[in-house]
Amino acid sequence: MATEYFNEMYHGDQVRPPYARLEDWMRAMPAEFRAMKQAEAEALFRRIGITFAVYGEGGDPDRLIPFDMFPRVFTQSEWRRLERGIKQRARALNAFLLDVYGRGEIIRAGRVPARLVYQNAAYERAVAGFTPPRGVYSHIVGIDLVRTGPDDFFVLEDNCRTPSGVSYMLENREIMMRMFPALFRENRIEPVDGYPGLLRRTLASVAPAKCEGEPVVAILTPGHFNSAYYEHSFLADLMGVELVEGADLFVEGGFVWMRTTEGPKRVDVIYRRIDDAYLDPLCFRPDSMLGVPGLMDVYRSGGVTIASAPGAGVADDKAIYTFVPEMIRFYLGEEPVLLNVPTWQCAKADDLNYVLDQLSELVVKEVHGSGGYGMLVGPRASKAQIEAFRARLVANPAGYIAQPTLALSTTPTFVNEGIAPRHVDLRPYCLVGERIELVPGGLTRVALTEGSLVVNSSQGGGVKDTWVLAE
Amino acid sequence: MLSRTAENLFWIARYIERAETMARLLEVGARIALMPQAGHGYRNEWESLLRASGTASGFALKYGDPVQRNIESFLFFDRDNPSSVASCLERARENGRIVRTALTTQVWDALNTAFQEMRGLERVPRSELELSRLTEWTLRHTAMLRGAIDASLLRNDGYEYLGLGFALERADNTARLLDVKYYVLLPRVDFVGSGLDNYQWQTLLRALSSHRAFHWAYGGEITAGKIAHFLILNRQSPRSLVTATGAAVTHLDGLARAYGRAGPVQTRARALHEALEKTTVEEVFEEGLHEFLTRFVRDVSGLAVMVQASYLSGEAR
Amino acid sequence: MILTVSHATTYRYSAPMRGAVQSLRLFPARFEGQNVLDWQVEVPSGIRGGSFRDGAGDKIEGWSLRGPITEVSVHVSGRVETQDLHGVLRGHREVVPAAAYLRTSPPTEADAALSDLAVAAGAGAQDLLDRAHRLAAAVTAAIVYRPGVTHEHTTAAEALALGEGVCQDHAHALIAAAHVLDMPARYVSGYLFSDAQGAAHEAAHAWAELWVEGLGWVGFDAANACCPDARYIRLGSGFDARDAAPIRGLALGEGLESLDVAVAVGQAQQ
Repeated sequence: MATEYFNEMYHGDQVRPPYARLEDWMRAMPAEFRAMKQAEAEALFRRIGITFAVYGEGGDPDRLIPFDMFPRVFTQSEWRRLERGIKQRARALNAFLLDVYGRGEIIRAGRVPARLVYQNAAYERAVAGFTPPRGVYSHIVGIDLVRTGPDDFFVLEDNCRTPSGVSYMLENREIMMRMFPALFRENRIEPVDGYPGLLRRTLASVAPAKCEGEPVVAILTPGHFNSAYYEHSFLADLMGVELVEGADLFVEGGFVWMRTTEGPKRVDVIYRRIDDAYLDPLCFRPDSMLGVPGLMDVYRSGGVTIASAPGAGVADDKAIYTFVPEMIRFYLGEEPVLLNVPTWQCAKADDLNYVLDQLSELVVKEVHGSGGYGMLVGPRASKAQIEAFRARLVANPAGYIAQPTLALSTTPTFVNEGIAPRHVDLRPYCLVGERIELVPGGLTRVALTEGSLVVNSSQGGGVKDTWVLAE
Repeated sequence: MLSRTAENLFWIARYIERAETMARLLEVGARIALMPQAGHGYRNEWESLLRASGTASGFALKYGDPVQRNIESFLFFDRDNPSSVASCLERARENGRIVRTALTTQVWDALNTAFQEMRGLERVPRSELELSRLTEWTLRHTAMLRGAIDASLLRNDGYEYLGLGFALERADNTARLLDVKYYVLLPRVDFVGSGLDNYQWQTLLRALSSHRAFHWAYGGEITAGKIAHFLILNRQSPRSLVTATGAAVTHLDGLARAYGRAGPVQTRARALHEALEKTTVEEVFEEGLHEFLTRFVRDVSGLAVMVQASYLSGEAR
Repeated sequence: MILTVSHATTYRYSAPMRGAVQSLRLFPARFEGQNVLDWQVEVPSGIRGGSFRDGAGDKIEGWSLRGPITEVSVHVSGRVETQDLHGVLRGHREVVPAAAYLRTSPPTEADAALSDLAVAAGAGAQDLLDRAHRLAAAVTAAIVYRPGVTHEHTTAAEALALGEGVCQDHAHALIAAAHVLDMPARYVSGYLFSDAQGAAHEAAHAWAELWVEGLGWVGFDAANACCPDARYIRLGSGFDARDAAPIRGLALGEGLESLDVAVAVGQAQQ
């Protein structure tokens, strides 16, 4: 297929302005030096402990996500537009959540089908009618973006629950600065290291009304066997808050308390990195050992804030995704700055027929899937794979959506043979509390396999430092 | 600090100390096995080692008869043995990973390096691994860990929990070691003095890296009295019971200072330590060394229970 | 009618537990059919936590107990003035839309038999209310009241296959059948006063509510082949029995739990 991919560094023979200074840096780097630096980066990652724990598969339990040293660069004006679009989206998603757990105006107005919301597995009846502090449900919104041209950005999906990967954004930068200080002198790059402070401030700003004094924030992790445990402990450390497991917390007298060496200490805001279903065995899955019994009663009676709010997942469902532009118009009265990828709902008969007809050209995803699993990339799939997927699709059309295969942009990437273009996406992390904040940067994921469009780390993806140049 | 964090730190130290004791025990066994007259005493010796490590029943279940090679594998590599060097180092490192942010890079590095190298050792065929290499390797890494903790950790409550873990584990380990040697080899005090005994005690002292220290301190013949004094009552001996209880008191006092309140656990530790300070070797033998040590091990474990209840369980209010 | 309730639930443990947490939905619903004269919920030696009214209009209160404990008990007592609204839940304030109750949960999953039952029963109905009545009647006919044959985790499909069950099974089956016909339905827990000629049902009772467009939520007690009247006290609702449970609790520790419940619902002299 002769698809033209937008190369973020080169326009024909011309180097695009944001990459101007990287051209010399790249050319001046001999292969041995590069290999040395790559090894150094890897050692630093291991040293600091940024690994991705994988248990139960044998081999090294602590894996590294491949780090590519070639940065991905945005100009200030490119970023400003992204920022406007991301913040707009984060506002609309939160307005939607507040609405569907309240009066449901957008449904009454016929703009979003009731079924998609109220029969969604992520809709939590238990929190209906409750307004969390400042009306915020999703405090950390991760928006996955892809680029197809100089001015063409598409939102691939929204993550309203607990988007992960921000530790890589921070560490990639840290490591680049340690290894290539000169680059940071030559290029004026906006810093991202304010993120932990902003996250802490954001969380503190949504403390419940009953909170007295400085809000106590804690991060709730499923535990050290979780693959993202490193990120949890890293964030807790940088934010200066405790990293707790469910068993470290208990409820009493309408509040949540941490078990400390000096006795119980009240917790006002819980940044949870566990799913709704595991939060409270009294309210959700009774077999959950990860949660805190009675937590939801405290939450609902205003004794603690949970971020993201239980039930926030109803906004980032892939079926709801289609309606986000509509939400922006409905709640904000604005036109969306960032475009959605055209999406076919396989639940609709017409859409399904089209999708079945065009299967070899489309990307088909599970509505509730994540991590690049359960997904068909038509143009890169074999006949057999397509036919197998067709059977699954026909058996459960409502479980799938389809999108055109996007021509993901490429950036130069270090590969064995030297430097070659590889496809990338971008996940910025938008913080929503008293204010809406976005640090200039994000996590760039890169598909390291030649021609691959799948950037997930579980499927051979790597990460890059993401730069936003100052004016 | 979170009770669970404190608990993890406490256990990191206990596991490191235990790994070291296991390595030293193995060295004792190996040296005694080299004795020319390792006839009837030989088997006894390995059995007593297993008993000292508290793993005799686990070993019997898995291997049956105590054969040296099996014992070495069991005490060093075996993950089925929760007290093996490998188990201890793995758990110390896993505990470290859980409280990664309460440790410095140096401490984490030391824990992680020990763990990674251990995995390397596990891949080497056993026939290529001399026991002395394994024991030296262990002592080197536990020393590096102590050094990293000492040199880089903030002297906050976390440091005290580590110190407390080291102290209580050492008190327990020294007492057990002494008890087994005594119980097996010296049923009556007047047996002391035979050549075999001397060799065994010397071996023990050497394994504890205390061989020279002992001779500097006491000189002359090795007697049960001197050994008991050195390993129980000598405040200069780094592994003596009194040194260990003294360290426990210091760290518990540190916690009381940090938290602005002392509790029954401080009182209990001080009582235990002061009683030991006042004790004489004669009194120990009068009570019976075995009885004395049994009581001591029980007291130490009682103290550990109080530490657990006061700080680590999270139930305290 | 003025109904009096005395309800004691006691959990006993074979070994001391480190503590316990309870979430109680033991408060009479506020609607035109019920007027609470007095009502107390107590957990002896417990610490009262937060309370709130949830999106379905139910009041929930949290409690906790510090260990060591070997027993947790919950005492409910009070008086409620009731009137017969023929099952209609008039004047009940709630935020959760009826559409949310089209979702099935494992115990209310319809199998082929439940689907057939629903389709057959619904055929020829004059209107939605009639259809709801027919569904309830079909469930009454298909599942004979018989205690002891089903258990806490029996599903609607299993109870129907068995042809026997208790009020929980009737309610689950009715919810499942209603969902087949696209009618929102939910589980309701409460109390039932059994007068002299009444059936010998337990005083702690459960039934289903079906959403009838234009009328609202209407209760159907398929186990007793009637709609809730003045003999019923409505507590709270949910997707299924677990979701609507009046008491949800958890004790921390190794002890085995045994349960003792005593419920008495009487009629006060007027």
